[in-house]
Amino acid sequence: MTTAVDYNDLVALLQKQFGKGFTPATDYVEMPAALIAQVAEYMKNTLRFDFFDMVTAVDYSDHFEIVYRLQSIQNNSLASFKIKCSKNTSVPSLANLWLGANFQEREIYDLFGIEFTGHPNLKRIVLWDGFEGHPLCKDFKGKVYDTAN
Amino acid sequence: MEIESISSAEIEHRESDGIEVLRIASQHPIPDPDDWLDENIKRNVIFTTVDAALNWARKTSLWPVTAFTACCTFEFIGASSSRFDIARFGMEVLRASPRQADLLVCAGTLTWKMAPQIKRLYDQMAEPKWTIAMGACAISGGIFHDSYSVVPGYNHIVPIDVYIPGCPPRPETLLAGIEKLRRKIEKESISKPR
Ligand code: SF4
Repeated sequence: MTTAVDYNDLVALLQKQFGKGFTPATDYVEMPAALIAQVAEYMKNTLRFDFFDMVTAVDYSDHFEIVYRLQSIQNNSLASFKIKCSKNTSVPSLANLWLGANFQEREIYDLFGIEFTGHPNLKRIVLWDGFEGHPLCKDFKGKVYDTAN
Repeated sequence: MEIESISSAEIEHRESDGIEVLRIASQHPIPDPDDWLDENIKRNVIFTTVDAALNWARKTSLWPVTAFTACCTFEFIGASSSRFDIARFGMEVLRASPRQADLLVCAGTLTWKMAPQIKRLYDQMAEPKWTIAMGACAISGGIFHDSYSVVPGYNHIVPIDVYIPGCPPRPETLLAGIEKLRRKIEKESISKPR
């Protein structure tokens, strides 16, 4: 069975590479948003996390949280990361490291409006071009059709 | 066991008796009447109206197009398999091409992103054509009626003939709806095009 890495060990390793700022939790590592591109590359090329499991986002009204889950098929292990980012900032895209990130980042862009810099094809994926707003944001009010009138 | 002993002369005698009886009884050929030859003509001339004949043909061979959008589809699939068997209504031929179909079963939630494709399929179907809105989503958008991405009812996109409530409707309900549609088709007339 695929098991999670030991997050205390992982944080120790990352702190040696990238300095302070990593906090281990029971089943994820919380880390600074600015480091995500370097950490992702390190995870892929050095620690052999060869499979991009998923990325998703959560809207906490005053900031977004982005959750990454990586898997290593070679080592049969997985690791999760969370970054916080304020609204109206962009996050580096991981689509050039793992192709699997491509569609999922587009979905987050579509539904939350988070921009991924360096994404090869950042456009809406489940809604259509020209749709106004990002419907999974807490402050989304718009409806295409109002049944009341 | 006793075996009757018969002389060979007696055997010959019995044989010739048998043949003689059959020969006398078979002097005439057995009749083979040919009055069945015109039977088809007798059975196949009927008097009716064009409307009745056309509507009978149309209602008993509704061919649905394969275009389903969400979970209600599975009740349609259930209805079309052997247990409920819509083949009884001449409907088992699900067409992969709208050109060959005359019934659009609107089964499932329709999103605005999918709506142009459904409209296009409907437009490509040849007249006469009918539609059934199956389930709450197809009728009004159902539980998603105020969603940002869901069309609140197929009747915003295509005209609907029969509405079948349920989430999802069971196959029996679907069959009842199809029966309703057949009653509707029965009353149509070529003098009043839809
Ligand atoms: S009516 Fe219910 S079962 Fe049918 S498509 Fe809508 S949610 Fe699914």
